[in-house]
Amino acid sequence: MTGSSKQRGRISRAPENFLSQEQIAAVSSGRRDFLRQAMIAAAAVSAGAALPLRAGEAAGDPEILDLPPWSKTLGKPVASNPYGSPSKYEKNLIRRESPGLTRVGAASVSFAPLQGLFGIITPSGLHFERHHQGWQDVDPARHRFMINGLVRTPKVYTMDDLMRLPSVSRIHFIECGANSGMEWGNVAVPTVQYTHGMLSCSEFTGVPLSALLEDCGADLKAGKYILAEGADGSSMTRTIAMERALDDVIVAYGQNGEMLRPENGYPLRLVVPGVQGVSWVKWLRRIEVGDQPYGTKDETLHYVDLLPDGAQRQYTSIQECKSVITTPSGGQTLIGQGYYTITGLAWSGRGRIRRVDVSTDGGRNWRTARLETPVLSKALTRFNLDWQWDGSPALLQSRAIDETGYVQPTMPQLREVRGTKSIYHNNAIQTWAVAPSGEVSNVQLG
Amino acid sequence: MSSWDRATAIKLGLSALALATIAASPLAGASNLGRPATPAEIAAWDIDVRPDFAGLPAGSGSVEQGMEVWESKCESCHGTFGESNEVFTPLAGGTTRADQDSGRVKSLVGPNVPQRTTLMKLSTVSTLFDYIRRAMPWNAPKSLSDDEVYAVTAYVLYLNDVVSDDFVLDQDSIREVQNRLPNRNGMTRDHGLWEVAGKADTHNTACMKNCAADVEISSSLPEYARDSHGNLADQNRSFGPVRGTTTAASAAPAATTAPTQPAGTSRLAMAEEYGCTGCHAMDDTIVGPGFRQVAQRYADKAGSLDQVAAKIRAGGSGAWGSMPMPAQEQLNEEQARELAEWILSGAN
Repeated sequence: MTGSSKQRGRISRAPENFLSQEQIAAVSSGRRDFLRQAMIAAAAVSAGAALPLRAGEAAGDPEILDLPPWSKTLGKPVASNPYGSPSKYEKNLIRRESPGLTRVGAASVSFAPLQGLFGIITPSGLHFERHHQGWQDVDPARHRFMINGLVRTPKVYTMDDLMRLPSVSRIHFIECGANSGMEWGNVAVPTVQYTHGMLSCSEFTGVPLSALLEDCGADLKAGKYILAEGADGSSMTRTIAMERALDDVIVAYGQNGEMLRPENGYPLRLVVPGVQGVSWVKWLRRIEVGDQPYGTKDETLHYVDLLPDGAQRQYTSIQECKSVITTPSGGQTLIGQGYYTITGLAWSGRGRIRRVDVSTDGGRNWRTARLETPVLSKALTRFNLDWQWDGSPALLQSRAIDETGYVQPTMPQLREVRGTKSIYHNNAIQTWAVAPSGEVSNVQLG
Repeated sequence: MSSWDRATAIKLGLSALALATIAASPLAGASNLGRPATPAEIAAWDIDVRPDFAGLPAGSGSVEQGMEVWESKCESCHGTFGESNEVFTPLAGGTTRADQDSGRVKSLVGPNVPQRTTLMKLSTVSTLFDYIRRAMPWNAPKSLSDDEVYAVTAYVLYLNDVVSDDFVLDQDSIREVQNRLPNRNGMTRDHGLWEVAGKADTHNTACMKNCAADVEISSSLPEYARDSHGNLADQNRSFGPVRGTTTAASAAPAATTAPTQPAGTSRLAMAEEYGCTGCHAMDDTIVGPGFRQVAQRYADKAGSLDQVAAKIRAGGSGAWGSMPMPAQEQLNEEQARELAEWILSGAN
C-alpha cells in the first residue's frame, strides 16, 4: 500500500489491505458505487464471519504467535521441481469421471473441477478430457499433417514446417456438445464439475487454417466443407463448413504457453472456436476439402440431437450462449452468514458475452453482475456479484446474454422445443439451492 | 475419398480461380514450407467414405464371412448378436420391417425411447463401413482388410434384418442397402446450430423485476444418491469461502478414477492403459473374469506365469465360458509377463 496513503485516508473504516491498487484507482476515477457496496460487504465480514479467538488464546492466534516451520527453516532450491506442479494442498481439485456414465476408460470423459478454478483460463493439467479410443503421446518428429481433396496441390507439412509459419495466439473456450447432457430429464449429478465440467478455456497458438488452405490452393467455390481427421486409433473425423473453416479456425500446437498436453492432442489439434469440442480434432493428421458433408460416425450415430418427433438433428455444432455459477455451487457448503461473491462463467459460440444477470430467488428478480476483463469472443467470461447471505433459503441462477441479444433459456423453454432425449446442447439456466444449513445442492425448477 | 484424381481433374478449371482468390496470401514468402503429397501417401491416409460412396474401396464380403470375423474380433465387446450392453451400447435391435419401408425408426419417437441402438440411428450405410474400417477392432484399429470390412458391415446389417443371411455386400449392392436402412430418412438439418448466424430455438427475455418465474423445485438428487460421486468434501478446497459438503466417509478415494500414483508406475495403470479393464474388473466378471478370479484359479499351478502371459498376447476362449478374448498384441512379451505376474499375485 506504499504511496497510497492519500487515497486510503479518503475511505473510512477500510479493513487492512482490503482494496487493491486497481480498486484504489477506481475510486480516483469515480467508480464509487461499486466500492461503497464492497465496503458494506467487507464490514459485514469483519463483524460476522471472522474467526473468533478461542478460549485460552487471549494473547492471539497461535498461527501468528508460534512461527510455523516454513518461517524458521531453509526452503527448497530452485529447479527441485523442474516442471512445477500444484501444492500438495490442492489434491482435491482434479479431473474426475462421473461414476457409471461410461463403461470403458478409453472411451470416456473426465470433468474439469470448475468449482475451484479462478478467472477464465483452465490449467492445462485440469482441462477436461474426452477420448474416443484412448489417448496417445504422439512423437512430434514423426507426426505429419496433410491437406488434400479439392485443392490445387495436396500438401504434407511436418511440425518443423507448421511451427515456422506465421502464428496467432487466441483465447477460446471448448465445450463438449454433451456438457450438461445428463440433466435433460432431471437432476442427475451433484456438482458443477459433473454438470458443466466438460468445459475449458485456453490460449491456443497455431497457424490459421485459412492460410494453410490458401497455401494448398483450396477450391473455395466447390469446396463447401472440410473433413478433419485425427492420427489416433479412432482417427476421429468431423465435417466443418468452409465458412467456419475460413473464419477463425486454428491448426494449433500451443496451449497456455506450452505445447498441447498429450490428452489434448499433442502435438497438433484443430481449434474451432464456438463449435462443440468433438470438432476440435486431436492429434490432427489430415484436412480434406470436399463438396459434401461426410456423415461420419460422430455426426450420424453420436452428436445428433434427438427431437420429440423422432427426427435427429445432424451437424448441430454451435455452442449457444450459456452460463453457470461456480461458487457457491452444488456440493459446497457456505461457512457462515454474511458476505459472499457469487462467481461464475459465461460463454457463447456466437461471439462476446454482453451481460450476465444473477438471481438469488429462483428467477423472480435479477441483478446484473460485473464482467471481469478480458471479455473476448468465444471465450469464457468471468462474472462476479456481491451477495449478503442472511441464512435463509435461496435459489441461485445466472442468465447470460450474448452480443446477438440471445438470452440463455430456462430448462422448461428448452424442453418445449427439444424434449428430454436430445443429450446434446443443453444450455439451460442452472439452479443451485442454498439451504439454511449453508449446504448448496443441484435442483431444477418448474 | 480418392481426391487425388478429382484434384487432378479439376486442376485446370481451378487454377484461375485459385490464383484470383489467393492473391494476398498471409503465407507470401513462406509458402515454400510443406511439400506436395504423393499419390501413395494420399491413398494411405485418405480412407474416408462419404454418404454418396465417394471413397468406397473395391471389395466384397458375405454375411457368413462377416460372422467369422465377428466371432474372433468383435463378439467379445459387442455380444454374439450385437446386442451386448456390457462394454458398448447395443448395435442391433429396435427397428421393424415397417421402419425399413418408411425409412424412419418409430421407436425413436415418444417419451419411452428404449436404449438407442446403432441401427436405430444409422441414416447412411457409408458411416458404418467408414467407422469399422478406420477404428475397429477396438484394440487393433485399421487391421481389417477391405473385404473383411465389407463382411463385418454385412453381418451387422444382417443382425438387424436389413439383409438376408446369404447376402454379399460389395460396392454395388451397398447402394441397395442404403435404400433399406430403417432410419435413412431420420435426419434433419433444419436447425440453427450449424451456422454461427443460425436462428435460435428459444426466445427468453431479460426480465429483471417481479418476473413470472416458476420457482417450485421439480427435481433434486434423491437422498440415496447423495454419495453417488463420492465424498464431495474431498472435491473442494479445505479453505476459502466454502467447504465441500461431506456426503460419504472420507479416505475412500472417491472415484475409482482418482489416480493415486502417476500413470505407468502401477500395474493397474498399465492394465488400464492397454484396455484390459474394459473387460476385466478386480473381483467380478464383466466380460471376462476378474483379475483375482484368475489368480485364484491359477494359484499354485506350475507354469502359470508363462501360461497367463502367453494367453494375454494370444487370446483364447473356453476357459471362462464361451466369450472369446481377442489377442492383445499391443503388449510385448515383457509387458505381458509383467501384467501376468501382477494378476497372479492378486492384482494388488
